[in-house]
Order: sequence, then structure tokens, then C-alpha cells
Amino acid sequence: MSSLIEWIDERFPLTKVWNEHLAQYYAPKNFNSWYFFGSLALLVLVNQIATGVWLAMAYKPDASLAFGSVEYIMRDMDYGWLLRYMHSTGASAFFIVVYLHMFRGLMYGSYRKPRELLWIIGVIIYLAMMATAFFGYLLPWGQMSYWGAQVIVNLFSAVPVIGDDLSVWIRGDYVISDATLNRFFALHFLLPFILAALVFIHIVALHKVGSNNPDGIEIKKGPKGNRWSPDAPADGIPFHPYYTVKDIFGVGVFLIFFTAVIFFLPDMGGLFLEPPNFEPANPLKTPEHIAPVWYFTPFYAMLRAVPPMFNSQFPGVLVMFASILIMFFLPWLDRSPVKSIRYKGALFKIALAIFAVTFIVLAYLGLQPATPTKTMLARIFTVVYFAFFLLMPWYSKIDKTKPVPERVTQ
Amino acid sequence: MKRLIAVIVMALLPIATFASGAEVELEKANVDLHNEAAIQRGAKYFVNYCMGCHSAKHVRYKLFTKVGLNEDQIKRNLIFNGAKVHAHMTNAMSTEYAAEAFGAPAPDLTLEGRRRGADWVYTYLKSFYTDPSRPTGVNNKVFHNVGMPNVLWELEGIKDPVYRYEVLQNGHVVAESESEDEANAKAKSLEGDVRVEKVVDHFAVRSPGKLSAGEFDQVARDLATFLSYIGEPIKLERQRLGVRVLLFLVIFTILAYMMKKEWWKDVH
Repeated sequence: MSSLIEWIDERFPLTKVWNEHLAQYYAPKNFNSWYFFGSLALLVLVNQIATGVWLAMAYKPDASLAFGSVEYIMRDMDYGWLLRYMHSTGASAFFIVVYLHMFRGLMYGSYRKPRELLWIIGVIIYLAMMATAFFGYLLPWGQMSYWGAQVIVNLFSAVPVIGDDLSVWIRGDYVISDATLNRFFALHFLLPFILAALVFIHIVALHKVGSNNPDGIEIKKGPKGNRWSPDAPADGIPFHPYYTVKDIFGVGVFLIFFTAVIFFLPDMGGLFLEPPNFEPANPLKTPEHIAPVWYFTPFYAMLRAVPPMFNSQFPGVLVMFASILIMFFLPWLDRSPVKSIRYKGALFKIALAIFAVTFIVLAYLGLQPATPTKTMLARIFTVVYFAFFLLMPWYSKIDKTKPVPERVTQ
Repeated sequence: MKRLIAVIVMALLPIATFASGAEVELEKANVDLHNEAAIQRGAKYFVNYCMGCHSAKHVRYKLFTKVGLNEDQIKRNLIFNGAKVHAHMTNAMSTEYAAEAFGAPAPDLTLEGRRRGADWVYTYLKSFYTDPSRPTGVNNKVFHNVGMPNVLWELEGIKDPVYRYEVLQNGHVVAESESEDEANAKAKSLEGDVRVEKVVDHFAVRSPGKLSAGEFDQVARDLATFLSYIGEPIKLERQRLGVRVLLFLVIFTILAYMMKKEWWKDVH
């Protein structure tokens, strides 16, 4: 065995990679439960790719066959229903896990120097995820798939001057059609691999700067020397085996929730699988109420909240894209002298709590048919959403912070 | 951290009150997917009364071997067109003909029970009433101006609607009356955006069918059970498997926790 590893090591840095990224990668010892969501996101990505490949073996990206092929998977393919529920529940789980992962970053300042690039790569991953989910949602070719895609692609036609040509270019047709379905399938198959590559880059960046922790203390700047190495940070422990065994426990807890949904509530009361999607796409029949899947609804609510200006929906589209792009600037918006919420003052804590509530309220509003009251609420919360980012340089600077300890706390 | 979660929860509470109810109140079908006899009866009604126009094209007849029928019984009782047992439940009516005859093609019903729910199917089947203004002579309380005739009339009999008149002020019902004149008089006395709406209150039997009301309810329930079943035939099996998967995961997670504790003993 050891001679085999030696043979490999002479040709490929196997032991070196193992040590640098697992056995001798020193992570802060004070991670709490919020730190499970990174490894869980990786798990869900693997789940999506594995189940997706198997689904693709039976799925037909053809407007006249797609809906039937999904029913074939559900009814005639051995455990096809399980693969499909794992995939559809996995899509929602991916966003839940990633939203919690991002919220963790917000709480502990994991986007602050020196982790700006790590955060930016993360936002790119999030964008790639959204694109993947959007392309995938058309594939079942149900009514909601069809009309949801119609609404979203129409956003591009709001772009001044080139809008109409742009939306035709995206669809490959004047309406969502067989051509659109075929290309969306191709892109839905391609993007996860790009996503996997981005995740790799994310981890490379993480291991360059080292993990943040709930105290927001740079363990690399603290005292040196632990049981494993005299040069390693004193507050660091080897990722393997400590965090591998801990993450296995996290995986167990996650899978309990995940499989409970798969086996007992796969449609999640119409949130994960929407009832109108049990009806095949019909270009001649618009559903009464079109809403995107829940994970897009905060942004959809912001889109609808903006009134048309100069006879154009474009301002709403800009606001929607701005609401995501603004995340890129977060590392430079936070002017607080401390990273972690533990040592930040009341202002930041209140701002973050309001932001979390805002996100959830917008998600709810985006699911609902628009009424004057709800549109007004959506406008207010859209302003609050942007205020969290745009006012951050101000409130994070004047906020009363607490002194940060030298060493991590347990 | 706990305080932060508490703040978020408190702030979200008012959202729960936003939720609004459905338009037409649906009767509870109380379907039981364990009741194989009900699914079998539903299948019989479906092939006799529904499949003239509707299909269940993603379902194979063979599926009913899973609810207690053998292939021979399926061939004798459910297949009238000489189809093979593994064939899909299709029918011969073309969409063009259906569109001409009923205004819209009869939808495929494979997923109808899943899309609309058993309660909807149950209430819908019981909500046909006479309406001379409709080409089929009937209308439906749950599905207004539906193109489908009341195919079960022979069993159920014929029902006339009994209307009530609702007076709405600014979108809220402020008064109801059995008499249209009374409602109109009331509406005149009110300010704001006032209108009177004619609503089917209940049904009056014009001529009874072959079955009693209770027996017909059972037919509607059997069909609702059947449509729920074919909407997701795997449902009971997935729940059975789910129990085993969860039991495994609970044990796995406990062991994983113990392993974590053991490894972490020396981290201070």
C-alpha cells in the first residue's frame, strides 16, 4: 500500500494535496452549527449531478415528449420517482442550504478582508446556481414551467433597443417552444459542471486565506503551535479527522430533514412542485397566477414592485439584477472595525435581523398575486433590502463595537 | 444568536394572517389509498363513465395488479377495446372532435387528482346542476361553465339550483337573501361600490337517479380515490420506504454523533 502511494506521489502530489487540504489544513476549532452548510451545499451539488445524470438517461428534451417522459420516469422506471424527488427536492434544498451559508457569512463577516475574493466567487456560484435552476425548471414542461420561463425570458425584451431581438435569441423562437426546451436542457446539463469548477475555485480560495470563524478572529495571526505542528495556528485543528467526523454528523441531521421531504412531502404543499405543473404546457392557456419557484420570489417581488417608467418594465428588471449584483460590493460596504456579529453593536444586529425578515417577506410577496397592499409592501421592503447594503458604510462605522478577544472562544 | 432568531420569528408572525381561503368551499372526500376495493370500483366507474372522452394516458392497465386485481380480471372488467394489459389507458376521441363537441378537448386525467386534489374531484362530481343556458343543459358550482356534461346523471339524478343573492359592498358580503328583490332593495340603501351577486346556495332534487344520495357520494369518493391513486401510484410505497430510510438515518446520525464526541474529546 505505502509503496503504491509512493509510486503515485512521484508522479502526482497525492499525499501533498491530502495534507494541504485535509489532514494538515488547520481550521479554527470553534466552528458552530452554521458551519455545516458549506459541506452540505457540496453534498447537495453531488446529489443534483448524480440524480440528474440518471434522470437525463430517460428524459426527452422535446416539447411533445418531455412531459410524458417525466411521467415515464415517475411510473415505469425503477426508482425513477425517487431519483426525480431527490432532484426536485434537492433543488430547493440547495437554495435553503446556500441561503443559510450566505447568512452565516453575513453574521460572522466572512466576506471581509482577506476573504473578499472568496465571497465574490461565492456570489458567482450563486448566480450560476440560479441560472441552472431556471433552465432546469422548464424541463418538466408543465404549465408553470412554461409560463414561468415565458415571464422570465420576457424580462430581457424590456432591455431598450435590443430587447426584442435579445429575447428571441434566448428562446430561439418568438415564444417558448421546442427550440427553447432543447437548448435549456443542454445548458442545464452543462452548468452543473461549471458550478463544480467554481466550487473547486471557491475551496482553493478558502484554503489560501483560511476559514473565518464565529469570533471573526484570524487564527493565522494568533499564537503558533498546536499538538500537531509547531508552526500551525494554536487555535487550529486539522480539518481531517475533526471536521470530517463533525460534518458526517451534520450530513446525518440534514439527510433526516431531506429524506423526510422526499418521502413524505415531495411537493411541499405546492412550493417545491407546484400543482399547475402537473398539467402539460399549453401555449394557448395562461394560468391564472404565475409565480416563479420560491427561491426566486424575493427577486421577483422586487421586479414587480417597481412601477413601469417611460412605458417600460426595464427599471424593474434593473432593480432585480441590481439586488443580486449589489452582493458583490459587500466586502467594501462594511466599515466596522470587527468582523463577527458577536462583537458588532446593536445597529448591525438590528440591520441584519431586518434584512433577514425582509428577504423572507419578499419571498412570500413574490409568491402571491399582486394586490395594491402587497405591491405597496413589496415597495417598502425593496427599499429596505437596498438600504441594508447602501447604508452599511454608515451604520457599520458608527456602530458601537465590543473588544475582540485575542483567542477564539468556545 | 437566539435573540436574533426570536426577533425574526416575531417579525414573521403577522405574515400568517395574510393567507386567504379558497373561492368555493370543497367537501372533504376522505379518500383512503389503502382501500383497494375503492380504487377498483373507481377504476370501473372511470372506464365506464369517463374514458369515453378522457384518457389516463400515462397509466398502464397493468398498474391495477398492484391494487388486488389479476391480469385476467383487468382484461375482463377494465379493457373494452382489446388493448393489451401493459397498454396505456388511452381513448379514441380526437382532440379536434372533442373541441368541436364540448368547446375544449377533454383533458387527460392521469394527474388531475394530484393537480386539483381529491376534495376538488369529489365536490366537482357532486356539483352539477341544471342550467338551460348551457349547451349541455348543466353547469357546475366548482367549475363554472364547464364544457363537460353530467355523465353520472343516470346514477345521481337531476338537481336544480337554489340561488341566494349576496349584497357586496366594497367587495365584502354585507347581506344575503333568498329573494332577488329583497337583495336589490338592500343594495339600494347602501353607499359605495355595491353589487348583488347570484350564488348557488344549494341544490334541489328534480328527479332522483338510480342511487341514493349516500350511494352516489360513495361513487364520487371512489372516483376521487381512483384519481388520487393514479395521480401518484407510488405514494404508499414511498411512505413505507421513507419510514425505513428515516429509521436508518436516525441510527446513523446517533452513531455519527458518538463518533464526533469521541474524536473531539481532546479538543479544548
